[in-house]
Amino acid sequence: MSAFEAVIGLEVHAQLLSASKLFCGCSTRFGAEPNTHVCPVCLALPGSLPVPNRVAVELATRAALALGCQVHARSIFARKNYFYPDLPKGYQISQYEQPLSEHGRLEIDVDGAPRTVGIRRLHMEEDAAKNLHGAAGGTRTLVDFNRGGVPLMEIVSEPDLRRSAEAEEYLKRLREIVMAVGANDGNLEEGSFRCDANVSIRPVGSSVLGTRTELKNINSFRFVRKAIDYEIARQQAVVSAGGTIVQETRTWSEVQGKTLPMRSKEDAMDYRYFPDPDLPPIEIDPAEIEALRRALPELPVAKRARWQGELGLTAADASVLSAHPAVAELLERTVAALTALPGKLEPAKAGKRAANFIQAEVLRHVRLEGLSASIPISAAGLGELLSLIENGEISGKIAKEVVADMIATGREPREIIGQRGLSQVSDASLIEQAARAVIRDNPGNVTAYRSGKQALLGWFVGQVMKATSGRANPQLVNELLRKLLSEEA
Amino acid sequence: MVDRELHALCVTELASAVAGGEVSAVEVTRAYLERIERFNPALNAYLHVDAQGALAAAAAVDRARAQGDAPGPLAGVPLALKDNLCTRGLPTTCGSRILQNYVPPYDADVVERLRAAGAVLLGKLNMDEFAMGSSNENSAFGPVHNPWDLSRAPGGSSGGAAAVTAARLSVAALGSDTGGSVRQPAGFCGVTAIKPTYGRVSRYGLVAFASSLDQVGPIARNVRDAARLLAVIAGHDPRDATSAQSPVEAYEDECSRELSGLRVGVLVDAIAGCEPSTRQAIESALSRLQALGCEPVTVSLPHAEHAIAVYYIVATAEASSNLARFDGMRYGLRVRGEDLRDTYRKSRSAGFGREVKRRIMLGTYALSAGYYDAFYLKAQRVRTLIVRDFERAFERCDLLLMPTSPGPAFKLGEVKDPLSMYKQDIFTLPASLAGVPALSMPCGLTDGRLPIGLQLVGPHFTEARLVRVASALEQALGVATSAPDPGPGARA
Repeated sequence: MSAFEAVIGLEVHAQLLSASKLFCGCSTRFGAEPNTHVCPVCLALPGSLPVPNRVAVELATRAALALGCQVHARSIFARKNYFYPDLPKGYQISQYEQPLSEHGRLEIDVDGAPRTVGIRRLHMEEDAAKNLHGAAGGTRTLVDFNRGGVPLMEIVSEPDLRRSAEAEEYLKRLREIVMAVGANDGNLEEGSFRCDANVSIRPVGSSVLGTRTELKNINSFRFVRKAIDYEIARQQAVVSAGGTIVQETRTWSEVQGKTLPMRSKEDAMDYRYFPDPDLPPIEIDPAEIEALRRALPELPVAKRARWQGELGLTAADASVLSAHPAVAELLERTVAALTALPGKLEPAKAGKRAANFIQAEVLRHVRLEGLSASIPISAAGLGELLSLIENGEISGKIAKEVVADMIATGREPREIIGQRGLSQVSDASLIEQAARAVIRDNPGNVTAYRSGKQALLGWFVGQVMKATSGRANPQLVNELLRKLLSEEA
Repeated sequence: MVDRELHALCVTELASAVAGGEVSAVEVTRAYLERIERFNPALNAYLHVDAQGALAAAAAVDRARAQGDAPGPLAGVPLALKDNLCTRGLPTTCGSRILQNYVPPYDADVVERLRAAGAVLLGKLNMDEFAMGSSNENSAFGPVHNPWDLSRAPGGSSGGAAAVTAARLSVAALGSDTGGSVRQPAGFCGVTAIKPTYGRVSRYGLVAFASSLDQVGPIARNVRDAARLLAVIAGHDPRDATSAQSPVEAYEDECSRELSGLRVGVLVDAIAGCEPSTRQAIESALSRLQALGCEPVTVSLPHAEHAIAVYYIVATAEASSNLARFDGMRYGLRVRGEDLRDTYRKSRSAGFGREVKRRIMLGTYALSAGYYDAFYLKAQRVRTLIVRDFERAFERCDLLLMPTSPGPAFKLGEVKDPLSMYKQDIFTLPASLAGVPALSMPCGLTDGRLPIGLQLVGPHFTEARLVRVASALEQALGVATSAPDPGPGARA
């Protein structure tokens, strides 16, 4: 067992899903032609002034409340001063001494060991622009200001995490919460959910924090784990060899599988934070905070508990289906449809049926893009289809065909079943006719069955199903075959 | 026809003459362009004259009148703008080499409002670089000369705006005031200026010096003109988060109204410290106000003595950050260096003048880790005490009377030490720090025929009251506000 334990804190930058930037009216849409979403304000032309976007403030407040943060009725935008070409004003408008919110928490559970991770603060700031090095094939660096001024929330955890697996779990839980409240689209690829990690080690049992390094460029859950694991091992090796850890920023190189030094503390800048005199304090009425709190949707962790309790879902099913708000909503509405339809299936059964069917037949057709999702089937149609299976009108096998048709054409299940003659055959005389024909045409297998090869029953069932184009009620087929095969013995 | 020379008419007279068809806007504009051509070389007040744009705007006013459109309050009135107010398609240099070739793509809020009111914009006016200075000697394009005595400073930083108004090279002008920059030059040039309540006028498109102090203000030949200009440029602007919502009053209606019963606060110590001519002029103005029914009250601003220290920390701190955007990357001067840092260093070293660099360094220092609490934070606390001083003083009086500056215009090159120059602002800084409105008007001439400025300061959003008192005092004093024309092609 290692004599060291790791201490990990995470800083997440998540884009707030407002249509316009934090301090001007420019669009926040990703992927536009460079420098098409710009104006005097986000280009920092002389004389331009920032005006805060109330929608972004509200979204950040929702996220803060969902994370159990205390939201301050009055918070202050501050200037973080440094020179870089992606920062047109020469300062970033952020929050420093009086952030939007503080003192939150997030529950995580790794391998059945639940823990609470403290959230130090959640504040708002504007994103920098994007430097395009070697643009147009040359050695020049050009700047795309489309991203400059896009609203972000920075969510800083307490150094409560001890293992890379916990860090990953924290990020996943955090991501689903900010998505559930509609504050962020959770898109790691486009960089709208980004993470830096602070890592240090200390002897087990110590309560003193060791010298930390800050890890950057870890913008996937996999990289987070690999980079943290590498960094913990590196620090242990340094300390075990009698060395000391240097406070520095390191970047993860996926190619080399290592963290590499980026800049040391000696290069650390004095940001000269001070309250931005262009922006009065952000004031949020406590009544408004309460109203936002009351309007919060059910959060994923509560949803999963309820699904496991009321809808009979397994933990694994609940986890998969709650990962995206749109999928969770599909499940909920399908269950609602199913329990309301004739037959009034009880919720525990309806939940289980819907969860299985959605995972098996629907999820692979769902396209997720950020918070929006294209789900090519309606919950009402899905509920109806499941109730048809339940009532014995179609078999599960036929249902797969029907759902494929529904997804392809958008038609209603009854229409598809009627037109394509897919309704289940439960008429015993029709099934018997088909069964007798199969028995007549396969004397060899009949003999084998009768001489004890009972496993052949399945083969007979398959033949009858084939003969009825899969429409025969499988239960009836089973019963009849068993009877006919033993009768004539 | 108008029986006086066109350039003798003030804003309200010209607006009436144009509206009444007595004179065309184009004629008026031509008259001013001729005067500018003739006298500006001696003053160096205009950095850019937009003859074409001005004549086109004037022609548009004349066309609108011919069509019977109701004229705006400034229809056909030629005005000029301090060169830190953004004008679409016209250079806006802030008196700095770093913006020498910069042309904004948009108009400042006040510029939009002037255009909408029918004003004809003649051009852009010289100023201390980035509005940092009290003499106009900090302009990268040479100092402005005071039209009353070309060897003297016009004051600053809105020196060009005060000089063209006094010399009648514009009917009036807009300047900006951070620590006295419309009031002190108005005092030096014998014209009237209003520094509005912080938030009264939008800062959108005013190139920032110190954001918590900057206000755009009018400089005019008389109180009524200043009141009309203020009414046009004041009002809420959603593009400026510090812009006030409170309604704009009919300032001009305050002219020629009764004063009786108003309590005028006097700072005895302040007056005592002035040059004799200034002291006498202020005392005589106070007697006039008494004769008009005002009651003098002695008040004090105990923390005002710290105003210079507080101002030069707060303003420079904000400036050090506000001027970071001039980095040679997107616009303005770029001097290529060996790498990024070197390019920053070379561009900013070549682009900024001495005083601007001094203030950037002072402000950077005041915000630095380890010094922030001792300088910036402490300065903000003292600023709050100064605000309270004014609140207490205004419990006992309705407005304050004080000099605009300790003395009249000094000679160009006379004040060499930066600290002595900073002390020029001793009477204007407190109102800036408190965000309250202040009006400067001429109250007499020295024996050497130099204007003396007087300042009225009121509580927040009492511009109407200041206009009322200033207008009555103006009539009672009957001070000349027109500088003599410089000799043809005269040069100091």
